[in-house]
Amino acid sequence: MKNALEVNDLTVTYNQKPVLWNVGYAIPEGKMTGIIGPNGSGKTTMLKSIMGLVEPDGGSIRLFGQKLNKVRHRVSYVPQRESVDWDFPISVMEVVGMGRYTKRNLLGKQTKEDQDYALEALEKVKLLEFKDRQISQLSGGQQQRVFIARALAQHADFYILDEPFAGVDAASEAAIFELLTQMKEEGKNVLVVHHDLQSAAKFFEYLIMLNTRLVAAGPTEEVFTESNLESTYGGQLNILNSIGEQLKKKSFPIRE
Amino acid sequence: MTAFWIIFTGALLAASSGILGSFLLLRKMAMIGDAISHAVLPGIALAYLVAGFDTNYFLLIGAALFGMITTLIIQWLDKRIKMQTDASIGVTFTFLFALGIILISAFASQIDLDQECVLYGEIAYVPLDLIYTASGESIGPRQVWILGVNLIIILIAIVAGWRGWILSSFDEEYARSLGIKTTIWHYSLMMLVSLTTVVSFESVGAILVVAFLVIPPATAYLLSDKLKVMVVLSVVFGVLSSIMGYYLAWVLDSSIAGSMAVSAGMLFLLALFFRPKEGIVVKWIKFSK
Amino acid sequence: MSSKDLIDFLLLRDYNVLMVVLGTVILGGSAALVGSFSFLRKQSLIGDAIAHSILPGIVLAFLISGSKNPLFLMIGALISGWLSISLINAIVNRSKLKTDAAIAIALSFFFGVGIVLLTYAQHNSEGNMTGLDQYLFGKAASMNSLDVQLFALMAIVLFFFIIIFKRAFILISFDREFAISKGLNVRFYEWLLSSLTILAIALGIQAVGMILMAALIITPAASARQWTNKMGLFMGLTVLFGMIAGYFGSFLSYTAPQMPTGPWIVMVLSFITLISVIFAPEKGIVSRQRKKRKNQQKILIENVLKSFYHIGETKKEIDVKRSPLELNVKLQTEIKRVIKGLSILERKKQVVRVGESWALTTEGITESRRIVRLHRLWELYLTKKMLIDPSFVHHDAEAIEHVITPEIEFQLTKELDNPEIDPHHSRIPKIRT
Repeated sequence: MKNALEVNDLTVTYNQKPVLWNVGYAIPEGKMTGIIGPNGSGKTTMLKSIMGLVEPDGGSIRLFGQKLNKVRHRVSYVPQRESVDWDFPISVMEVVGMGRYTKRNLLGKQTKEDQDYALEALEKVKLLEFKDRQISQLSGGQQQRVFIARALAQHADFYILDEPFAGVDAASEAAIFELLTQMKEEGKNVLVVHHDLQSAAKFFEYLIMLNTRLVAAGPTEEVFTESNLESTYGGQLNILNSIGEQLKKKSFPIRE
Repeated sequence: MTAFWIIFTGALLAASSGILGSFLLLRKMAMIGDAISHAVLPGIALAYLVAGFDTNYFLLIGAALFGMITTLIIQWLDKRIKMQTDASIGVTFTFLFALGIILISAFASQIDLDQECVLYGEIAYVPLDLIYTASGESIGPRQVWILGVNLIIILIAIVAGWRGWILSSFDEEYARSLGIKTTIWHYSLMMLVSLTTVVSFESVGAILVVAFLVIPPATAYLLSDKLKVMVVLSVVFGVLSSIMGYYLAWVLDSSIAGSMAVSAGMLFLLALFFRPKEGIVVKWIKFSK
Repeated sequence: MSSKDLIDFLLLRDYNVLMVVLGTVILGGSAALVGSFSFLRKQSLIGDAIAHSILPGIVLAFLISGSKNPLFLMIGALISGWLSISLINAIVNRSKLKTDAAIAIALSFFFGVGIVLLTYAQHNSEGNMTGLDQYLFGKAASMNSLDVQLFALMAIVLFFFIIIFKRAFILISFDREFAISKGLNVRFYEWLLSSLTILAIALGIQAVGMILMAALIITPAASARQWTNKMGLFMGLTVLFGMIAGYFGSFLSYTAPQMPTGPWIVMVLSFITLISVIFAPEKGIVSRQRKKRKNQQKILIENVLKSFYHIGETKKEIDVKRSPLELNVKLQTEIKRVIKGLSILERKKQVVRVGESWALTTEGITESRRIVRLHRLWELYLTKKMLIDPSFVHHDAEAIEHVITPEIEFQLTKELDNPEIDPHHSRIPKIRT
C-alpha cells in the first residue's frame, strides 16, 4: 500500500523551544486520520509544517511520495476558524471562490468552471442559500463549513483540517463529520487536528498521538490504548523538558 | 477655476488614499500607514535637497523608498530583536521623522520647505504651479498631473491584482498554503502607500495624509459588507470630504487640508452614530423604547 | 560657540540654562515613567494619538483665555486628550473597527481639528500666536523659571500618584483579568492611569513637541526593556533614559538655537535604543552573536574529541597521535576548522601536539569518553523512550550531546537502568572515577 503522507525525523522549534521533536510516521492512502494531543503538543505546528507554513529545523515530509511543491494542487488546507477576521467585507461565495485561486491565475478572472466548482462545494456543505451572505452573519458552525467548502472547491486529494470541530454546535459537528466521511468514501485522504478525546476514537480510523514527541501512530483500535493516552496526556517527559530548557537558555541549535 | 483645481487635487488624493487605505484597514495596518507617512519625510527632504522635489518622478520613487525602509526596520525590530510591535512602530517612525525635520532645519537655505508645509501642506498653492506645453499653453497644475498618474498606477495595480489583494488580506496563511508569495503582495502595498504619501506631501503634508488614508475607508467599512462597495464608498467619502473641506476652510479662513481632514472625521462620526442597525444613537433609541 | 560656553552649559553654570535643562529633564523623566506603563499595556501608540489630539485643546484654550499661561493650556490639553481617548474607546466598543484603526482615526481627526483652529486663530485672532508652534516641535529654550516650577510641581504630583498606586498599575498592566478577579477597581485605576498619561503627555510636548511625543512615551521604555526583566530596574532605566534624552536634547538645541528641541531629543533617544539593541546583555546583538560563536566552538571541539574516540575505537587504541586529515574523515568539515579545534583543545590541555599530529592527554581521553557516552545515551533514550527508529536518532544526538548537563546525564542513566550498549550495538563508555 502506498503512503499518502510520510513524516521523517521532523523537528521544529519556536523561539528555540522544541515544539516537535523527531516526529516520524506514515499514513497509508485513503484514511481518515486524527491528530490528538494536549494543548501545546505541536498539533497545529504539525499541520503547518506539512503545508510549508513553518520552517522545520530538521527532517523531511513527503506527500504522495513527493515534495509539497510538486503536489500542492492535490493538497488542501483548512486553517483554524479563529485565524481570520470574520468581519471582513466578503461574501460566502467569494470565500469559497478562493479555493480556485492558484499562483498562476491570481491576476486573472473567475471562469465559469471556477464558479461551478464553488457552487458545487457550497451545495455539498448545504450553504447554497447563504451564498451571498456576508460571512459575519453566519454561525460558528456555518463559518467552519464555508472554510471546508473552500477546500472542497480546490478538488484536492488530501484535505488537512485544523480543529474543524472547535466551537461548533452539535448539528454542525454531525454535518461536518458526515462530510469528512463522505470525502473519505470518495477515496480522499483526510487529516484532522482534533481536541476531543471522546469523539476521536469514534471519528477516526487512524490516529497520530502527539506530545511534542510522537507517542503513537497507527490504526485507532491498535493505538487508542490506556497506556498511550497516559503518555500523550500525562505531561511531557522530564528529561525532554530539561533539555528543551537547556537549548533555550544557551540558545543552542537543535540541529548542528 | 482655483476652487476647482484645489478640490480636484483633494479628490485625486482622497481617491488614491481611499483605495489603499481600505486594504490597510482590513490588514489591521492603519498605524503602519501612519508610520510610513511620517517616515518618508527624510526622503522628501533629500529629494528637495537634490532637485527641488518633484521635477523628477524617479526622485519621488527614491523618496518613497524611505517608506519601504520603515517597514523593514519595523519588521526587523519586531521579529529579530523581539521588541513588541507597537513599540517597534513608534521607535521607527519617530526616528525617521525627527531625522527629516533636522535635515529640513539644517539645510533650510537649500530646502524650500517650512514646518507648516510638513504639518498641513500647501494645497492652496496647487493652482499656481502649472505645467505648460512647448507652445506655452497651460495644461493644468503639476500636482494634479502627478496625483493623477499615481491614481492610475493604483487603479491598475488594484484591478489587475484584485484576487491577490483580497486573498492575502483576508487569509494570509491559506494564501501561503496555495504557494502564493504573500510578502510580495505585502511589500507592493507598502510601496504604493509610500508613493502616495510622497506625492501627497506637497498638498497636505506628512501628517494629514493619514486622515485621507484611514478615515474614509473606516466610514465605508461601517456602512458596507462587500469589499468592492467599501472601496468605492471610500473614494466617494474621500471626494465628499475634499469638497466639504474646501468650503469649510473658506468659511473659517483656515487650512484647507486641515478642513478636509475635519470633514472626513465628521462624516465618520455621522456614520458611527447614525448608521442603520448598529449606529450608537440608533441602538440607544431602540433600547429606550 | 566656544568650548568654555559648552562647559558652562554642561555644568549648568548659567541660571537660564539651568532652568531649561531642569525643565526638559523633569519633562523627559515623567513622560518616560508614564510611558513605561503604556508600553507594558502594549498601548504605546495611544500615547501618540493623545499627543496629536492635544492640539485643538491648546489652541481653543488660547482662543478662549487669550493667554499663553501654561495652566490654562494644560486644562485645554487634558480635556481634548480625554475626548480623544473616549472616541477611541467608543469606536472599539461600538463598532467592528479594531484598536489600530481607532487610534489612527482619533489621531488624524483631532490633529485636523487642531490645524483648522490653529490656522483660524492665526488669520482671525488679535492675539499673538507665536509660541504656540513650540507645542508642535518643542522649544525648550523658551522655558522660563515659572514654567519650570510648574512642571516640577506637576511632575511631583505624577511621581507621587505612581509611587502610591504602583502595585495596582503593574497588576492591571500585567494581568487585567487577574486584577478584576482580585476585586480591584480596575476601571478606576485605568481611568487614573489614563489621566496621568494625558497629564504627562501634555507636559512632555513642551519639550519634544506633539508630533514626536510618541518617542518620549515609547522609546525609553522599549530601550530599557532590552536591558532587564526586573520591574524596578526597568522603570528606573526608563526614567533615566528619558532624563538623559532631555538633558542632551536641550544641549543640542542650545548649540543650534534656530532648531526645535523635539527632533534632537528623539535623536538622542533613538541612539539609546540603538546602543541597547546592540549591546544589552542577553538580548543584545553582540551578546547573542558571542553566545552563538561560543556554541559553535563547543560543538567543534567536542566533535574533534569524538573523532579521536571513534578512530581509537575501531583501531582499539585511543591515545595514539592522529593527523588533522585522519580526524576529518569522520568530521567532514574543512581541515582549517579541525586545526582550529585542535589548537583550542591544546590550550585546554586536552590534546598535545606531536609534530604534525595531535594526541589526546589523559584529560582529553576522559572528555572524549564523556561526549561519546552522552551521544549514545541520548540515542538509546530516543529509541527506548521516544520510540524513534534507530536509523533516525543519530542526527538528533549529534546536537543534543552538547547540551546534556551532568544532572540530565544522571537522570538518563537512571531511567535507562545503567545501560551498556547503544541502539547501534556500540558500547557506551563508562566514566571512570
